[in-house]
Amino acid sequence: MSRTVTDVICPFCGTLCDDIEVVVSDDGRKLHEVYNACAIGAEKFLHSQAKDRITRPRMRQDDGSWKEITYDEAIDYTARILVNAKKPLMYGWSSTNCEAQAIGSEIGEVVGAVVDNTATVCHGTSLIAVQDIGIPSCTLGEVKNRADRILFWGCNPAHAHPRHMSRYSIFPRGFFTGKGHTARKVIVVDPRPTDTANVADIHLQVEQGRDYELFDAFRVAFKGEQLPDFVAGIPKEKIYEAAEMLKSGRFVIIFFGMGVTQSLGKNHNIDAAIAVTRDLNEYTKAAIMPMRGHYNVTGSGQVWGWLFGFPYAVDLSRGFARYNPGETTANDLLRRDEVDAVLVIASDPGAHFPFSSVRKIYELPSVAIDPHETPTTEVCKVHVPVAFVGVEVGGCAYRMDNVPIETRKVVEPPDGMMTDEEFLRRVLERIKELQGV
Amino acid sequence: MAEYLIKNGFVFDPVIGIRGDIADIAIKDCKFVETSEVKDPKVIDAAGKTVMAGGVDVHAHVAGPKVNVGRNFRPEDKLFTYKPRSGVERMQGGFSVPTTIRTGYNYARMGYTTVMEAAMPPLYARHTHEEIRDTPILDQGAYPVFGNNWFVLEYLRNDEIENTAAYVAWLLRATKGYAVKVVNPGGTEAWGWGLNCENIHDPVPYFNITPAQIVKGLIEANEYLGLPHSMHIHANNLGNPGNYTTTLDTFRLSEGIRPRSKFGRDQVMHHTHVQFHSYGGDSWANFESKAPEIIDYVNSHDNITIDLGAVTLDETTTMTADGPFEHHLTELNHLKWANTDVELETGSGVVPYIYSPSIKVCAIQWCIGLELALLAKDPMRVFLSTDHPNAGPFTRYPRIMKWLMSEEARNQQIDSFKYRDKVIDATNLAGIDRELDLYEIAQMTRAGPAKALGLSQIYGGLAPGLDADVAVYDFNPNEPYAPDDIETAFSSAEHLFKTGVQVIRDHEIVSNGNKRTLWVNAKVNENPQVMRDVREKFLRYYTVTLNNYEVSGHYLPNPYVIEVDATQ
Repeated sequence: MSRTVTDVICPFCGTLCDDIEVVVSDDGRKLHEVYNACAIGAEKFLHSQAKDRITRPRMRQDDGSWKEITYDEAIDYTARILVNAKKPLMYGWSSTNCEAQAIGSEIGEVVGAVVDNTATVCHGTSLIAVQDIGIPSCTLGEVKNRADRILFWGCNPAHAHPRHMSRYSIFPRGFFTGKGHTARKVIVVDPRPTDTANVADIHLQVEQGRDYELFDAFRVAFKGEQLPDFVAGIPKEKIYEAAEMLKSGRFVIIFFGMGVTQSLGKNHNIDAAIAVTRDLNEYTKAAIMPMRGHYNVTGSGQVWGWLFGFPYAVDLSRGFARYNPGETTANDLLRRDEVDAVLVIASDPGAHFPFSSVRKIYELPSVAIDPHETPTTEVCKVHVPVAFVGVEVGGCAYRMDNVPIETRKVVEPPDGMMTDEEFLRRVLERIKELQGV
Repeated sequence: MAEYLIKNGFVFDPVIGIRGDIADIAIKDCKFVETSEVKDPKVIDAAGKTVMAGGVDVHAHVAGPKVNVGRNFRPEDKLFTYKPRSGVERMQGGFSVPTTIRTGYNYARMGYTTVMEAAMPPLYARHTHEEIRDTPILDQGAYPVFGNNWFVLEYLRNDEIENTAAYVAWLLRATKGYAVKVVNPGGTEAWGWGLNCENIHDPVPYFNITPAQIVKGLIEANEYLGLPHSMHIHANNLGNPGNYTTTLDTFRLSEGIRPRSKFGRDQVMHHTHVQFHSYGGDSWANFESKAPEIIDYVNSHDNITIDLGAVTLDETTTMTADGPFEHHLTELNHLKWANTDVELETGSGVVPYIYSPSIKVCAIQWCIGLELALLAKDPMRVFLSTDHPNAGPFTRYPRIMKWLMSEEARNQQIDSFKYRDKVIDATNLAGIDRELDLYEIAQMTRAGPAKALGLSQIYGGLAPGLDADVAVYDFNPNEPYAPDDIETAFSSAEHLFKTGVQVIRDHEIVSNGNKRTLWVNAKVNENPQVMRDVREKFLRYYTVTLNNYEVSGHYLPNPYVIEVDATQ
């Protein structure tokens, strides 16, 4: 027999859908089926049931093969590399819960580490822009209930956040938006003809790397000033038309993604995007929101915010917190040989960092804490598999609009497996033993 | 549990009515006891020093989403402020929006032991409780905001007090909240469309209700439930010249209503940061103090309490659930602006602000905050606050004490203003020679707020039976002193006990204490209509499901639940 668990939170992307239903065996040990989730989310739940899942820590041998070790040995190894290092890097944090992040932060304090999260290669530039100019934003329910103008800039939710458009942005019927998508106008700015662009009223196929110019052109157009015939490859008539569409709305929302945060201009693009939003508030109501990727990258920025005052790239090595992106960011540290041990948790830099950074991880004492086998676990000395947060253990996660939701445990982890939180708690205890405090 | 005896201090305590006489204070099992009850106490020699109960802050923004926006978007606030970890202290940074760790330690250093977070957006209650959990030492509670909540607007439009009360009780339980907070009633909902409600009769778009109806209805719902604290309001029209009439109109909504609470408070309305609401004139050019008009009303109506929101002349970070105000402010000072509108519930904004003594308006604001305290007839109803961090960081409380206790210190400040004469013309402070004494300070910072919160059974005094929260300051009120000595002494308690645990010894933090989170569990009769409305709103308009809304117990590792029975 089986039973259905409702109101389950999907631990995949920043959309953080909380209406998933999961069918589990009566004894809570097997997960059979997933309803309401998108293809990626469903796969995340089902992957926990993989037959070939790694369930015990492993250490790399000299000949390159793995040797199974105990959690105690993994705890000791992790504690020792952190204690022995002058300046360890503790990177990742975006696919685990806030409880684990909080303990990790304390470890970082005790050993004098640099802590950085996946925003460093994602929305870190947005965070810098917010420090420059602020951010007028809202929760996703405000979008659902009020927004009649939706602008997606450099993001493709149809593939990256598959349920975003139906739950929050284009299609839902809300309190003041009873007609759903028929009363909304959608603009997409993207150099590529994406599946998101296919549902737009206007698709502005901006020249790659010219987003900053186009943002500025919008600000000019709002004021009714003159534009050149083409800006960023877009004819001025189309820019005026799109600007008028935004100004005539009752509630405008701009969603933006990696297409603008990590292309030419980086944080300056986001400065301009937020300035566009500020300008729109002179005519109507407008908000802007980053499409955060990992389901709890937002949470790690929050935890470090209240503990240290900075959202990412926090250097604790001098005994107090410093923040200087470009200096204290993970890739810069790795490539300049400024760190001497690496702990990776709940993320996959092996797949997403430049090769020059990944090679440094390979050369250093390193541990990867991750339920999956990933390119990162392949380059680390020790791999510590842990329970899936949001599937096998609960805990707090923050949605892309910073709304915190408590994820649920729906199924038991394989026997004897630790959670991120338990593992880190034990590492902290061991560090304190080693330091004699 | 250890026993302590704090011997021979000059004790100031409005609860037992002792005004600086030498007395001994005994602690046993977390409580104050008669000195005869301790057998083998550890003795703290307080001879020549001042002894007061632990401070109670009725209104500060110290935990939650907008506070963290303030931290994360102001790296400059950490410049030159960081302190490395040492001893039991973790690392700590930030000036106007300190980290949670520093918040706990810095309040403790001033001798404060209880601090209320003034505005919790219900949808973000978990975040608020995570930060409270990570704030050491202090007992804390948080006020969920109700003044722009769609349930409240719809019930009160039809004058449905009982339904409003049932919803309030439900939301307090769901968010683990402490009191009913109202911020710019109706105005923040209007801000969802970029609009505002500028006075108490300005109707809320679509909802067809006025701020006056919201305020009166929430007072009545609050008294229907008999909650420990009264309705706690930040009125419409904050920060604008000429707004004192809106403030008086708001005060008048409480007329004729008496408290129906067994928690010992006398007020039915607490109006917060009244400094921001006491402005005359009709432009920044003829901006002036209307503090006398405002405080006259408060002095003659005993069902109102207020806190000051005193300006400290610092660079700080403003943050409020008054979304339209923060937009107004960024248009004024052109500094960075963060805003978050929260579905069905509220909104908020954050903007840095520099209160410069060289700007006339800022200097007038500084005068108004102090005038309110100095013209108050009953210090048990007028509390010290800076609306931290809006008018200044809480770490300036000792400086405000200095200004309130010393005319000399005030005159020094006035004389340093760039527009001294214009400021004197627009205010009344220069003509006030009153100097508060430590007994009155204890009323404004201990006994008064504890009573208004409905917590005088545990906080605010040194009487046997109360929780053993007590501070010893290195200050001899009977010796001559310079004004700055006040600020120095009250910035750094020599000893502090929190619920019987010594957390500061010889000015050093020696323990992270035993912090508790206070929340109010109000029981009401079953109300099927309200529960149906809750289910429907979650199904149709919220983006989280009803089952994922309630804050579960593990966010409150050490809860202190106050039970209220409103079933009849």
